[in-house]
Amino acid sequence: MNGPVSFFLDDREVTATPGESLWDVARREGTEIPHLCHTPKPGYRPDGNCRACMVEVEGERVLAAACIRQPQAGMRVSTGSPRVECARRTVFELLLADQPPRTQAHRLDTSFVHWCDHLGVSESPYPARKPPEPDRSHPAVAWFPDACIQCQLCVRACREVQHNDVIGMAYRGGNTRVIFDLDDRLAESTCVACGECVQACPTGALMESARVNRMGEGLPPAEKRVPSICPYCGVGCQLDFLVDDERIVAVEGRDGPSNHNRLCVKGRFGFDYIHHPQRLTRPLIRRDDAPKAGSGTVDPADPSSHFREASWEEALDVAANGFKKIRERDGGEALAGFGSAKGSNEEAYLVQKLVRTGFGTHNVDHCTRLCHASSVAALFEGIGSGAVTAPFTTCAESDVIIVTGSNTSANHPVAATFLKQAAVRGATLIVIDPRGVDLVAYAEHRLLFQPGSDVALLNAMLHVIIEEDLYDHAFVANRTEGFEELRTHIQPYRPETMAPICGIEAETIRRVARIYAGAKAAVIFWGMGISQHVHGTDNVRCLIALATICGQVGRPGTGLHPLRGQNNVQGASDAGLIPMFLPDYQSVEDAATRARYEQAWGVKLPAKRGLTVVEIIDAACGGRIKGLYVMGENPAMSDPDLNHARASLARLEHLVVQDLFLTETAFHADVVLPAAAWPEKEGTVTNTNRQVQMGRPAVAPPGEVRQDWWIVQQLARRLGLDWDYQGPADVYREMSSLMASLKHISWERLQREDSVTYPCPGPDEPGHEVVFWDRFPTASGRARLVPVDIIPPDELPDEKYPMVLITGRLLEHWHTGAMTRRSRALDAIEPEAAVSLAPADLARLELNAGDRVRVSTRRGTIQIPARADPRVPEGSLFIPFCYVEAAANLLTNPVLDPYGKIPEFKFCAAQVEDGS
Amino acid sequence: MVRARGRGKQRKLHPRGRSVEPAALEAVREVLGVEPLRRDLLIEYLHRIQAHYHHLSRLHLTALAAEMRLPMAEIYEVASFYAHFHIDSENPSLPVLRVCTSLPCMLASADTLLGQLRGQLSGRARVLPGSCMGRCDCAPVVAIDARYIVNASPQSVRTALDDRVEEPLPSATRYVAYVADGGYQLLQSCRIGKRPLTDILNKLEASGLRGLGGAGFPTAHKWRTVASAPGPRYMVVNADEGEPGTFKDRDYLAREPHRVLEGVLLAAWAVGAEKIYIYLRDEYPELYRLLAEELPAVIEAGLAPAGGVEVRRGAGAYICGEESAMLESIEGKRGLPRHRPPYVAEQGLFGRPTLVQNVETLYWLREILEQGAERFAALGLNGASGLRAYSVSGRVREPGVKRAPAGISARQLIDEYAGGMAEGHTFRAFLPGGASGGILPERLADLPLDFGSLDEHGCFVGSGALIVLSDQDDLSAVTRNLMAFFAHESCGQCTPCRVGTEKAAELLRAPVENEALLSELAEAMTNASICGLGQAAPNPVRSLYRFFRDDLM
Ligand SMILES: Cc1cc2nc3c(=O)[nH]c(=O)nc-3n(C[C@H](O)[C@H](O)[C@H](O)COP(=O)(O)O)c2cc1C
Ligand code: SF4
Ligand code: SF4
Ligand code: SF4
Ligand code: FES
Repeated sequence: MNGPVSFFLDDREVTATPGESLWDVARREGTEIPHLCHTPKPGYRPDGNCRACMVEVEGERVLAAACIRQPQAGMRVSTGSPRVECARRTVFELLLADQPPRTQAHRLDTSFVHWCDHLGVSESPYPARKPPEPDRSHPAVAWFPDACIQCQLCVRACREVQHNDVIGMAYRGGNTRVIFDLDDRLAESTCVACGECVQACPTGALMESARVNRMGEGLPPAEKRVPSICPYCGVGCQLDFLVDDERIVAVEGRDGPSNHNRLCVKGRFGFDYIHHPQRLTRPLIRRDDAPKAGSGTVDPADPSSHFREASWEEALDVAANGFKKIRERDGGEALAGFGSAKGSNEEAYLVQKLVRTGFGTHNVDHCTRLCHASSVAALFEGIGSGAVTAPFTTCAESDVIIVTGSNTSANHPVAATFLKQAAVRGATLIVIDPRGVDLVAYAEHRLLFQPGSDVALLNAMLHVIIEEDLYDHAFVANRTEGFEELRTHIQPYRPETMAPICGIEAETIRRVARIYAGAKAAVIFWGMGISQHVHGTDNVRCLIALATICGQVGRPGTGLHPLRGQNNVQGASDAGLIPMFLPDYQSVEDAATRARYEQAWGVKLPAKRGLTVVEIIDAACGGRIKGLYVMGENPAMSDPDLNHARASLARLEHLVVQDLFLTETAFHADVVLPAAAWPEKEGTVTNTNRQVQMGRPAVAPPGEVRQDWWIVQQLARRLGLDWDYQGPADVYREMSSLMASLKHISWERLQREDSVTYPCPGPDEPGHEVVFWDRFPTASGRARLVPVDIIPPDELPDEKYPMVLITGRLLEHWHTGAMTRRSRALDAIEPEAAVSLAPADLARLELNAGDRVRVSTRRGTIQIPARADPRVPEGSLFIPFCYVEAAANLLTNPVLDPYGKIPEFKFCAAQVEDGS
Repeated sequence: MVRARGRGKQRKLHPRGRSVEPAALEAVREVLGVEPLRRDLLIEYLHRIQAHYHHLSRLHLTALAAEMRLPMAEIYEVASFYAHFHIDSENPSLPVLRVCTSLPCMLASADTLLGQLRGQLSGRARVLPGSCMGRCDCAPVVAIDARYIVNASPQSVRTALDDRVEEPLPSATRYVAYVADGGYQLLQSCRIGKRPLTDILNKLEASGLRGLGGAGFPTAHKWRTVASAPGPRYMVVNADEGEPGTFKDRDYLAREPHRVLEGVLLAAWAVGAEKIYIYLRDEYPELYRLLAEELPAVIEAGLAPAGGVEVRRGAGAYICGEESAMLESIEGKRGLPRHRPPYVAEQGLFGRPTLVQNVETLYWLREILEQGAERFAALGLNGASGLRAYSVSGRVREPGVKRAPAGISARQLIDEYAGGMAEGHTFRAFLPGGASGGILPERLADLPLDFGSLDEHGCFVGSGALIVLSDQDDLSAVTRNLMAFFAHESCGQCTPCRVGTEKAAELLRAPVENEALLSELAEAMTNASICGLGQAAPNPVRSLYRFFRDDLM
């Protein structure tokens, strides 16, 4: 169908636009046609199997399924003829016969119940089958086959929307049934518990475990629904909190620009941590008889051994006075603050403003330092901006997609679904990663290279593209500078020479380079596998060179996209939570910029850039930093070489920690301030796609817990600042008046639209998704090509430490686990730390999966059970850093990338021994 | 520590889900050989693995999924859809013994036989019921793995279990003999332009040839549609013959494979098909071997390009005879019929325009184009065109494939072709079109058996399977058997058929009480099912109430 088509719907002439089904047109025209196997949500194709939506087309022998039938000119369609009514009723009666009785329904607010009621079908004349047994093996998802109507929505949800490929519809006839993998129990299947199937199921056959009782009976539907944003990663999925009696009882995905209703296991099932009994509800002050020690631990369930409860007045006074004392005695340079990429833009702005104006120093940083600082450094140098050049959804228009150093399906699960979708559509997916990350199943080319040899491989690709004259001459001539130096520099990096270093055959390097260079539109995604190296900045310089010499930036389907880790890394960085930058990356060393902010804030600002996260910890160790304010960060878990980091924290004269729980960092605190959790807050966050989005409070904070903005303001006032913000809206107004990036994106607009991309050309216009179509925001307007050499990882394997330790995240756990390990479902799915090794390495070490092993590096040793994982390359170990009982960062190497100051979390030499 | 844990939680030894066992991966690689794996060949791979290991173990399926880079669920869906695949059998070393229980075999006491074999052979064979095996003239039929025992008795099955001789190839007209008799000349003359396409199409039209797979769609019209659609185009030969009581395609292929093949190549030429797939039901292994011997001769002679004709085996699914389900199966998926429109002639195999034609339809092409279209048309009776093969089974003296004028009546077929009723049986009723075509009483036995001529009685001739019933047969039991067949063979995709056939089978236990409900259900199934299976499944129920009320109790 090419143009609009007019036809008759119940004798009324109507017009269908191309692609619309009869069902679509009827809905638009206000005629409700029952539907079960069809959902008009993005990503779900109609399947026409349930036959609830039958309509009569004049002249046709049988009825037609409206959801899948395209109108034809002149067609006469009846949505309520006697044949239609008979068929519809029969369909519902047939299905109802096998449903559990309503009194025992797994769920009542389903579309099946809705339509039965609508059609007045309350009982079925048909005999019932023997109900099949439920599967309640999985901590998050319960499976009640007795309610299943074989509509295949879950199959489409799992396979075509989320691309998790777990659910199938097996057998046939009356035996047709949903299976997981090879008819395995859900808990033993590859299910990643994204919950898409639960959200799609029209009958309550697939349920959130927490929404049914032991008998399988559904709990009452939630009373309220609050639209907000998922706080669990840089994707920034929009969601609805379903709230009942001041508890979040369920979560559903909303149609946000970065998720289209999808969520991952964390966003779907990971919010019960806010109701956890270990939640701090009153301020705490360290007891005089509880000295600090780097190795000291406190029971977060009972901090009374080290802390006493205090009133807010007292706690805030003690907290502020500690800072004041140091400021007056040693100057602002002896103070520092860590903000959080987990908080809102407004909170990030306030924290940096507090440190800069209240402490009088630029010693303010946050965990971006630990994830993408090198990416930002290289991007700034190369193209003048640290943000992505296009949203990840641009991959829908790419014909080649490179993903490197990113276990996307674990760390940006919903972004991964878009990548897989693009691959299924026909885009060539190239995965370049030492680990066989899950995405490789969708990749046409898989380059499993030697850990740490990124530059060798990428330079070899650059070599091929330049030597074989595959680069975009016009783009190079008009939009870049430094090409000749790059050309000369790259000459010795022949694929044949690099192959032994990176472990990828020269021919493969050549092929992949040609595919990328020859693409109509190609995009590069990367994660911390690229950035967390001593050569992290160099890695990214190579990626920038690749993209720019091939002209793969600035158009839809092209771009450079560092997948930002935490939910608000982008926003927190934009807001100035960085030691060298004021908001919007304005250098603190630039006098004009300083003058502008001094004017706005009414305070003189220091002219020297501040220290970064790891530098602050080092300075604390050396006694130069004496007071530290930590809001929502956990360096005692997230920093490299934890023994050193924890000892440094313990050396501080004054440490104030503001958090939800008594974190490992709070063990060493003098004052602990209990703060509100994300679902209790209002505020904006900015995701990896540069989309500024509105978060809203679903429940009230427990006990005496206060909002972070309020706490920061109280500290500020006690430090002599005359702050008087009434709430986040006030803060946002101030920051957006100072930040060009937020131009045309007002608080009111965000309340209205939920999400606006920056930069944005006008108050009523959508933001620019793809940027730099005509120039780069560098001084010359051109991209700067920076040639790089191979720097080996800092600590190479040797005889004593023969293996390579890679650290990272798990799908179920976020950051240091403070939240997710207190979520019942998430912790039940991944309850225990483990070191993953290639099966061959296990065999070589004469170990079995499940054995306890001792993993040591030059910095420390942990005891941890081993897991066999064929995705881990031989010679490597993988340990997630979220488990306090086997903290991976006790082992990691604190050596920094010289430009981004990011530690080399992805490579250090390690040793594994039998630990039993 | 965050909190006490342990609580008997099992330690995870691997990443989530099953992991591939290296030994299983080796085993699967060995069976599949070195050629690059193709998604559309999944069913073939499952056949090969099962042929080697006598079942499909989950270890092997996990390995296969990894090797093919397919989700495990997708492999499992396919493997479990087809009746001939056995996933994780308890006793893979035992032969699988399937006893046909479809109507003609049921009339020959197959249910008793099944009970006897189950009793006598436990521990020696995996005994299962099966659907029509296309040998209904020699009922009852039992399959032992890929061997078929006709006119089976407990005794003959036991003997056959012991002596494992392979069935001989049918005594067909082989390539050399066929060519000596003027075979493939028609094809050649078409290809060199001696017989132009328009002429061929006109002749075809004049012959009145209609699809003999059951739907009776005018063949010339179909060719025109496919030929005018943009290429690449495909041709698919429907040799799935699953309608209970139908065995004529088997007969054609067994006797005159090249006459069929010449028809295939001719049709492919006419519509400009790039590649030909022959979908052969798994119940005809002897034909698979025969084709494997004869096709190379055809290719060697340059009549078809190497790789231009692929023979695909089904795996025990009646629904795969439905053309769009067949295309799905050829693509290596479950046999789920597709929605129409789009029609397969426009959007068929791999989304391309596809000509699907039944074996017999193709068989008649040479006859028509050599002997003359009008002459062929005139061979029919009672206004029907041409000849066709009726598969006659049930209570007749000489069941078998009967080539007769199209439009002949059931009575004539029985009396003049099938040697009359069997000893001791009085003609009472008949099924004109296998399981789907409804049931007619003896008094309507003079109606012509042709497309459209039985409509007003709620019946159709379909694939021309005449199943004859006698005074000794209980029509309620017959109807239940048919409904059980449909319930078993439904693809399970749409509600009216998946649930409807099961509930109908249940309700038919008390046909008097449930008459109103069954009638309503029948209407809904016919009106709202996706494909012909569900639409036709209630036909026998309607016939029962209409013609055989005496048998309701
Ligand atoms: C449930 C069902 C089963 C069918 N089974 C067969 C079959 O076994 N063989 C066959 O040739 N056609 C069968 N058909 C008909 C095919 O869909 C299709 O019409 C036929 O293959 C077209 O070829 P023809 O025009 O030469 O008959 C079946 C149709 C339905 C609805
Ligand atoms: S929860 Fe997600 S991964 Fe698991 S079965 Fe459902 S859709 Fe698939
Ligand atoms: S589980 Fe739910 S979504 Fe899946 S087939 Fe059954 S009813 Fe449909
Ligand atoms: S009518 Fe039956 S066989 Fe046909 S699509 Fe529906 S369920 Fe499948
Ligand atoms: S072979 Fe048994 S019914 Fe056809």
